[in-house]
Amino acid sequence: MRSSTDQKRKIKNLKSSPTNFYDKIWVIAMENEDVRKKREEWDRKCLKPFLEKSGERQEKFENLSWIEIDRIYDPSDIEHINFIDDIGYPGDYPFTRGVYPTMYRGRFWTMRQFSGFGAAEDTNQRWKLLLKEGQTGLSTAFDFPTLMGLDSDDPLSDGEVGKVGVAIDTLKDFEILFDGIPLDRVSTSFTINPPAGIILAMYTAIGDAQGVPRDQLRGTIQNDMLKEFHAQNTLVLPPEPSVKIITDIFEWGVENVPKFNLISISGYHIREAGSTAVQELAFTIADGMAYVEAAIERGIDIDKLSPQLSFFFNSHNDFFEEIAKFRAARRMWAKIMRDEYGAKNPRSWWLKFHTQTAGCSLTAQQPLNNVVRTTIQAMAAVLGGTQSLHTNSFDEAWALPSEEAVRVALRTQQIIAYESGIPSTIDPLGGSYYVEWLTDKVERLAWDYIERIRKMGEGSMLRGVLAGIENGFFVKEITNAAARFQREVEENKRIIVGVNKFTIEEKLKIPILKVDPEVQRKQIERLRRIKAERDNVAVKEALDWLRSAAENNENVMPPILEAVKAYASVGEIMGVLKEVYGTYKKPIII
Amino acid sequence: MEVDEIVEGILSGNKRYLARAITYVENEFPEGKEILKRVYGRTGKAHVVGITGFPGVGKSTIVSKLTQEFRRRGKTVGIVAIDPGSPFTGGALLGDRLRMDGLDTNRDLWIDPGVFFRSMSSRGRAGGLAAKTGDAVRLMDAFGFDVVLVETVGAGQSEVDIIEVADTSIVALMPEMGDDIQINKAGILEIGDIYVVNKADLGGAEKTERWIKAMLMMDEEAVEILTKTTHAQEYEVQSGKIFDKIARSGWKPPVIKTIADKGEGIPELADAIEEHFKYLKESGMLIETRKKRLTREMTEILVNEIKKYLRSNRAVDFDKIVEKVTSNNLDPHTAVEKILKSILK
Amino acid sequence: MEKKIRVLVAKVGLDGHDRGAKVVARFLRDAGFEVIYTGLHRTPQEVAMAAVEEDVDVIGISLHSGAHMTLVPKVLNYIREYGGNPDELVVLVGGIVPEDEFDELKTKGVDGIFIPGTPISEIVDFINQKVKEKRNKA
Repeated sequence: MRSSTDQKRKIKNLKSSPTNFYDKIWVIAMENEDVRKKREEWDRKCLKPFLEKSGERQEKFENLSWIEIDRIYDPSDIEHINFIDDIGYPGDYPFTRGVYPTMYRGRFWTMRQFSGFGAAEDTNQRWKLLLKEGQTGLSTAFDFPTLMGLDSDDPLSDGEVGKVGVAIDTLKDFEILFDGIPLDRVSTSFTINPPAGIILAMYTAIGDAQGVPRDQLRGTIQNDMLKEFHAQNTLVLPPEPSVKIITDIFEWGVENVPKFNLISISGYHIREAGSTAVQELAFTIADGMAYVEAAIERGIDIDKLSPQLSFFFNSHNDFFEEIAKFRAARRMWAKIMRDEYGAKNPRSWWLKFHTQTAGCSLTAQQPLNNVVRTTIQAMAAVLGGTQSLHTNSFDEAWALPSEEAVRVALRTQQIIAYESGIPSTIDPLGGSYYVEWLTDKVERLAWDYIERIRKMGEGSMLRGVLAGIENGFFVKEITNAAARFQREVEENKRIIVGVNKFTIEEKLKIPILKVDPEVQRKQIERLRRIKAERDNVAVKEALDWLRSAAENNENVMPPILEAVKAYASVGEIMGVLKEVYGTYKKPIII
Repeated sequence: MEVDEIVEGILSGNKRYLARAITYVENEFPEGKEILKRVYGRTGKAHVVGITGFPGVGKSTIVSKLTQEFRRRGKTVGIVAIDPGSPFTGGALLGDRLRMDGLDTNRDLWIDPGVFFRSMSSRGRAGGLAAKTGDAVRLMDAFGFDVVLVETVGAGQSEVDIIEVADTSIVALMPEMGDDIQINKAGILEIGDIYVVNKADLGGAEKTERWIKAMLMMDEEAVEILTKTTHAQEYEVQSGKIFDKIARSGWKPPVIKTIADKGEGIPELADAIEEHFKYLKESGMLIETRKKRLTREMTEILVNEIKKYLRSNRAVDFDKIVEKVTSNNLDPHTAVEKILKSILK
Repeated sequence: MEKKIRVLVAKVGLDGHDRGAKVVARFLRDAGFEVIYTGLHRTPQEVAMAAVEEDVDVIGISLHSGAHMTLVPKVLNYIREYGGNPDELVVLVGGIVPEDEFDELKTKGVDGIFIPGTPISEIVDFINQKVKEKRNKA
């Protein structure tokens, strides 16, 4: 038996000049062997006596996905992880460390704050302000009636017009919304789902009117109906027609607006509904796979489509889990696109994503604490390599954010960008024993879900996701996670500062942004006027064309664009689709 | 609320009073009994239809679509939907109502004056639920509903008891339910006057239909097969029971395939329900079964009242007598004779 | 026998966030109440009729869309129209409501307002207490 000093010398020599592959492996194995021995020694001599004197705060430390977290991680925890295959370099397969080789050294993430309320003019004003303050992209929130494809004068819209976002009934509202905003110089993201095609058509119409070539229009429509069925519940048409229309938008968008992101495959809402990080990751990737399969079935070239796919994740409180989740997402998607769907262009293997900090983590109690939460979550997103980021405002638990709060939220990003030094290097946590272990763990757990869903679809992810929607699989998983979390909070096993610990007697004094009820009245009046002044024959013709296209399984985007340009309303267009495809009744699982 | 007020309210068709009356009978308030006494004269016209079957079969959807169909035929419908409650906390999450069609149909069943939907919890206790359901049904009958639908979860004996409350019992199944024999053991299969195979668009619907028909001795080939399987013995017993029932009642239960969430098969189901009611009336079975049911009910009330009396009356210490019997100091028959003697004094 | 407390948990209007409502519904059941959950996208008329037919003691309306000022009074008015008495009911509103609107909501018949982050045990206690009060008054 060699003496350990001899062993150490051999290892050192071989490391600096290994003669062959086996030597290399031997070195690693020996080092890890050493590590394991050292660990065992540490356990025995250092940890155990200490634990006997003073224990740890909890018996188990579980993160927000109920993954048990160990007290320390070392090289032996990541020996199954190979640097070249699993970690690698940014901009290179499998993109664990980032989609671009320069990441934030080249360009910061887009600081894109979600906003919109009241009538188009109010939003237009807020946007001009934000652009002046340094925001680099626009993001639109719509009111509930618009989100549901209803006009402002629909009886169901009463009391909801302009409340949580901007009210859009016809192209006229869009013209006001983008007045003075050059579409070739901004990129706009639209958080809208069932009527996403209508909104894309409107944006295209504005671009056409401004003389901007369609291939220069940049932005995103969220357009992800699958997650609506899982979590967000903005439901109008049933699942299969919804997927069909999304595929129409892909088909049309690839040819017409090649720089526009045609979908934002979202996990944010799934998380907000109470899922764990693992579920958020798994269900989002599953949805992505479903959409890709739908596109392939349609005959769309996925190398052409992929650059126009984007993702949208949540960034929640567990700092390292979120970072791990983002890295795992990129690695999973790269494998899926290259190996499973055979995409040839490396660009197709990139998972690009937008992140929003977790709305559900904000508290109404001691609201300034939310600035801290948002900061931690924003840092996680940056360390996770997000392409764009929305930071929540501290008063968001109350109502739509005030100007001051929005500014603080934006400054949070700017401080991270300019003052913290984090963006000076790429994936600084790469190689961390904990983060690599956790990235791998989260990925494995997500794959388990993917395989379960695939089984439900008998080999097809698209059928699997649709089956899961029908049999309540997703809703059950999410609701159970939400209930379990709430129970732990109620039992004080999970602490929320200011809510179940460190509470104070408080009288809150935050300036709340209120929406003028006049907005509804004025919007209805505007709609009435448009309907009277437009060419109603042209509208009818366009809607008839849409109806026939829908009935004959043709692409609905061309007739929608026509209808939009004739000033048909969102409600009218959606109405035709509802006629043809029916309205959806969600199976209720509590 | 005063009993007079409520009775008047019910008889004049005011939903608010019906709702309150149901609350009283559900909670066994004495007002409940009073109200039942007063409105009994108005009962007996409604067609009471019970629907049972395992969770997931789609009963709520069937109830919802049936209600729509009956409304289309000009009938008013009262619904009692029973959900299991937690035996531990006593609480319950009643989720049948939310499965009723609302907004997107031509008729919003939630606010239709010709529809009344009441969710009830089984409150963890099986005993007494049948009685309460019966009371609620009676109130709806007195209120004037043409059809009263009772929806339960078919998983045990209590559900079978509840179905005894109904004139027409529907057993709902769906394809590929796994071990079909499970259903047999729960005992609900033999109570059906009408069988429904819902989700008939799923694979295996044909098989399930044939299997039921085999039970009903209506499919010779299937009978052949079943008598040769490992379940042959079960099958013999089960089909025997059903055969007896058919012989007694004279009604051959139809097997109807439905795809409830598309509304398919529902008109046929409504037809079968109406036919059964017609048959019951014409054959005199309606009166006979009601007589039997009322006999059972009155017996149960009688026994309960005696029990209550014994508990409250000091003259007889029931528990002490039970102890004597348990320790072999007294036999059960003599014990009861003793008790009766002291009551009937 | 003490009358079981029945609670209607309602989602009115177009808002699709049901995480809070569902979790609260489960917890209320665990606390021993009979809970009827309406599901999403109910109109004020539907919620009102449900409250009347189910003869509930408590109605909890969950809203995240800021439409509470119009929708809640609508529900209560319809309850009156359908023959019910909203004063007998314990009316709760859950979700995102600015604090300076609390008082106004209370004048419209709301008994309690619960913003996100409230421990559900608080809601349970409130219900027990308020239902007792209202029953004693009756």
